[in-house]
Amino acid sequence: MDWLPGAASSYAAELDTIFWVILAVTGIVLVGVQVTLVYFLVKYRGREGRRASYVEGSTKAEVIWTVIPAVLIVGIAVASQRVWSQVKNPDRFPADALELNVEARQFAWSITYPGPDGELGTEDDFTRYNEMRVPVNRPVVFNMTSADVVHSFFVPAFRIKQDAVPGLNTRAWFEATEVGEYELACAELCGVAHGLMKGKVVVLPQDEFEGWLAGLGE
Amino acid sequence: MATVEAMAAPLAHGHHEEMSFVRKYIFSTDHKIIGIQFLFASLAFLALGGVLAIMLRWQLGFPGEAMPGVGVVAPKFYNALVTMHGTFMVFFAVMPLLVGVYANYLIPLKIGAPDMAFPRLNMLSFWIFVQSGIVMTASLFVEGGAPGAGWTAYAPLSAVPQYTGVSLGQQLWIISIVLFGASSLLGSVNYITTVINMRAPGMTLFRMPLSIWALFITAIIALLAVPILAAAVILLFFDQTLGTTFFLPADGGQPLLWQHLFWFFGHPEVYILILPAMGIISDVIANGSRKPVFGYHSMVLAIIAIAFLGWITWGHHMFQSGMNPLLGTSFMISTMAIAIPSAIKVFNWLGTMWRGNLRFHTPMLFAIGFVSLFTIGGLSGIFMASNSVDIFIHDTYFIVAHIHYVLFGGSLMAIFAAIYFWFPKMFGRMMNEAWGKIHFALTFIFYNLTFFPMHILGMGGHMRRIYDPTQYEFLQPYQPLNKFITISAILLFVAQLPLIANFFWSLFRGKKAEANPWRDNGLEWTVASPPPHGNFAVTPIVYRGPYEFSSPEVEEDYLPQDVPLNGEREVVGAGVGEE
Amino acid sequence: MNEAITLPGGVKAEPGMRIYNQKLGMWVFLASEVMFFTGLIGAYIILRFGASAWALPGVPLDEGGTPLNINLTAFNTFVLICSSVTMVKGFASIEQGDQKNLKRFLLATVLLGAAFVGIQVMEYIELAREGFLPHCSEELATVVPSCHLFGSTFYTMTGFHGAHVSIGVLCMVWVTVKAFRGGYTKESHGGVEVIGLYWHFVDLVWIILFTIVYLI
Ligand code: HEM
Ligand SMILES: [Cu+2]
Ligand SMILES: [Cu+2]
Repeated sequence: MDWLPGAASSYAAELDTIFWVILAVTGIVLVGVQVTLVYFLVKYRGREGRRASYVEGSTKAEVIWTVIPAVLIVGIAVASQRVWSQVKNPDRFPADALELNVEARQFAWSITYPGPDGELGTEDDFTRYNEMRVPVNRPVVFNMTSADVVHSFFVPAFRIKQDAVPGLNTRAWFEATEVGEYELACAELCGVAHGLMKGKVVVLPQDEFEGWLAGLGE
Repeated sequence: MATVEAMAAPLAHGHHEEMSFVRKYIFSTDHKIIGIQFLFASLAFLALGGVLAIMLRWQLGFPGEAMPGVGVVAPKFYNALVTMHGTFMVFFAVMPLLVGVYANYLIPLKIGAPDMAFPRLNMLSFWIFVQSGIVMTASLFVEGGAPGAGWTAYAPLSAVPQYTGVSLGQQLWIISIVLFGASSLLGSVNYITTVINMRAPGMTLFRMPLSIWALFITAIIALLAVPILAAAVILLFFDQTLGTTFFLPADGGQPLLWQHLFWFFGHPEVYILILPAMGIISDVIANGSRKPVFGYHSMVLAIIAIAFLGWITWGHHMFQSGMNPLLGTSFMISTMAIAIPSAIKVFNWLGTMWRGNLRFHTPMLFAIGFVSLFTIGGLSGIFMASNSVDIFIHDTYFIVAHIHYVLFGGSLMAIFAAIYFWFPKMFGRMMNEAWGKIHFALTFIFYNLTFFPMHILGMGGHMRRIYDPTQYEFLQPYQPLNKFITISAILLFVAQLPLIANFFWSLFRGKKAEANPWRDNGLEWTVASPPPHGNFAVTPIVYRGPYEFSSPEVEEDYLPQDVPLNGEREVVGAGVGEE
Repeated sequence: MNEAITLPGGVKAEPGMRIYNQKLGMWVFLASEVMFFTGLIGAYIILRFGASAWALPGVPLDEGGTPLNINLTAFNTFVLICSSVTMVKGFASIEQGDQKNLKRFLLATVLLGAAFVGIQVMEYIELAREGFLPHCSEELATVVPSCHLFGSTFYTMTGFHGAHVSIGVLCMVWVTVKAFRGGYTKESHGGVEVIGLYWHFVDLVWIILFTIVYLI
């Protein structure tokens, strides 16, 4: 069992890196604080006849422990921003991606494929439920909406999560890097069977996927 | 005990005639009685919230197995449990425990006032709170079941009965929240007016204890944030009952509008839940360390900074909601910024203990627990503040771990500290120290065993609010951990029995408390335990800040705020306490 | 009221603001009210500017407008502003100890306030007759853009405002009765001042609502 689920999308590794960096930074702070705390508890434990030092503060100390967290945080924010805009900014979505439509509803995912002509919104589109088939190593952009309440499209292995909101077209993308089957979950409480609103993403070799698409999903 | 001689005019108040039991304990206008009423009421809700938590934890640890005495938890009931646990804990336990109880009890006593500015409104505030709690509890039992849209009540799930199968329950939830808002409003008006207008002579703003600073700033946040929630739930109510379409996209409404309104309230709300705890902890740590609070002014500034920044960070709850990604960037920046004042506070608490002469009484132990656990909760906030990491951990158990580290490890630990610390003042008897320490040790251990592993679940991608994790293959390896958490949670629940027993035993049998058992400096310790109606026989005069522990000027290691040192007696005129 | 006192070391005693509790309390309460209306108005702004088209006042029904009568409401706005003026005059009178004028002006304020509510109710009736309800009638929804949103926001905002005016009128009646019984004097007239604050606030909210609902 890995700490983070096996990474299977193009940006998963980068996102994980930020996670580990934050873990390292916060981990150091955490250990520092807890060790200092315990050290003080032992060292300055009350004893008869001892008296606490009458110290009211120190501007120097205040400045130091304001500036250091500030610097660390700026670093984390800058690193985060890069991945964020790569994953979520529609202007930076990869070109020549496979485009799909996803509609969430209580309690299923319906995925509409462009069919053999590669265009959505044409006659040969077809729809499948709870199983998203995608080619490996090719970006997939999907237009998502919901028929009823807010759901959230979550594939842990791809590190992608995007809410599906009724009345709104939310777009997201991923590029699967390994052939296989990955679980798709709903991450936003959406009603009685929210916990059962699962599906899967099947990543196929490109030619296999093309064949499947050309055969209208047969 | 050193008390100031009569220098100020006696209180305009005069003597009160004997009052009937009902006037004295039920419809009382005395801020101390009202505080105690809030204490009993919100502890009851805390217990109820705890029971709900155990039930939902059972289902997660032992999915589909019948819980002894309850039976199998059905999915719909599970959603009700999640919703009502969060609702009761946030609105009916932690918030009233901090604000209802300690703002009421401490503000007048600590600033040297005879009572609140508006005692009758104060009483009204409590009774509206009771009604709101009754309505919320009723929603558990009505036809159609309890609300199941989460404590965040995201629309349209919460707006259309067909989506959850709950109609009356959700409406009662809304009505209860509106009542709650009214109660909170009356309280806030009172606290703010009292702090501004009714401080004793010499109690300048920068001589106020940090608990009072925090409660004061909290009252301002609540004053401004709760009406936003009231407006939001009223719109939701109209969508349910009058056919309006605020949140219903089919007729042009916007589901995200709900999230914006809710979190515009919701993020300030989480600071309502932590600032008073931070203030209380500062008081207790100074007392336990026998040292002045390190960096008093920067502590005050940090509180104010948090209160300001708290208004511009709400979008960090909506990173994945489909909001414009540019907003995701700005909300990350503001959220990261708010971590800085939080960090400053932690370092100042450590600084307070540094070179102290630590006394590990029960309140101090809980305060130390607070520092340790709040640090974890604050640091896990950084993960989620990072908009890109949040893509993965949003709506997973990582968030559940975070909120429990700040709200249980933080707020509730502070509440426990406060209960032990001010119990002698409230009831005139000491709580048992040994049992207090046992309570602390068990709580601290089982707390961590329950909530720390949730970080690991979150890292594994374990979604929150799902009814049966075993449905997912990738979560099956985590089932033993889920079971472990559930067992720890049950033990954590059991670990509260010493508190309950100690509380009630001490109420009747505890050792009689002297006026100042902790040798503290605050004005509340200069009067008898419990203080008489009207608090101070003569208006106290304040000569210094609240944290003059181990001052070189006196032999003892504490120096009450109202004790004049040589040469400080010539006071010119007084007359405080009237309008 | 508090007197300034000085403590040793030159520290000012800071015995509170120089405002009595009730007045300060009202200011604090109004801050909360501001946030409540901010919530409602904010929702309106987001919905209105998120919608592709909006049902405007002063545009004929068949062109997708609403039967809101801008002139009538402008007159009603004038009525409410007048009531604020009479409120000010009433307060100024009692500050001089002039009980007679206090009564006169308070009575005028009550009547003007009631008139405002009355006219608003008439407007509601007119709208409802045309099918404008919080949820529009079927046929209207086909001609009038964002008809449901218009109804939702219009009735909620003006309704809550109207409720505030109505509560204000009731309180004002109470104050007026007290004034007729000689309850206010030159020295003691806090009640008049405090209700006046509330009244001006409600008036101000209306001016904002009138502007964003009827004029923009
Ligand atoms: C260092 C300061 C903090 C930071 C940076 C921070 C950050 C965050 C972020 C980014 C989220 C949203 C996570 C998500 O849904 O994906 C969150 C959720 C939450 N935080 Fe914090 N937080 C901090 C302190 C606190 C404090 C002090 C409290 C309360 C006492 C608190 C209570 C909560 C709650 C209740 C939620 C979850 C709400 C829900 O979705 O049910 N946080 N926090
Ligand atoms: Cu769901
Ligand atoms: Cu937040």
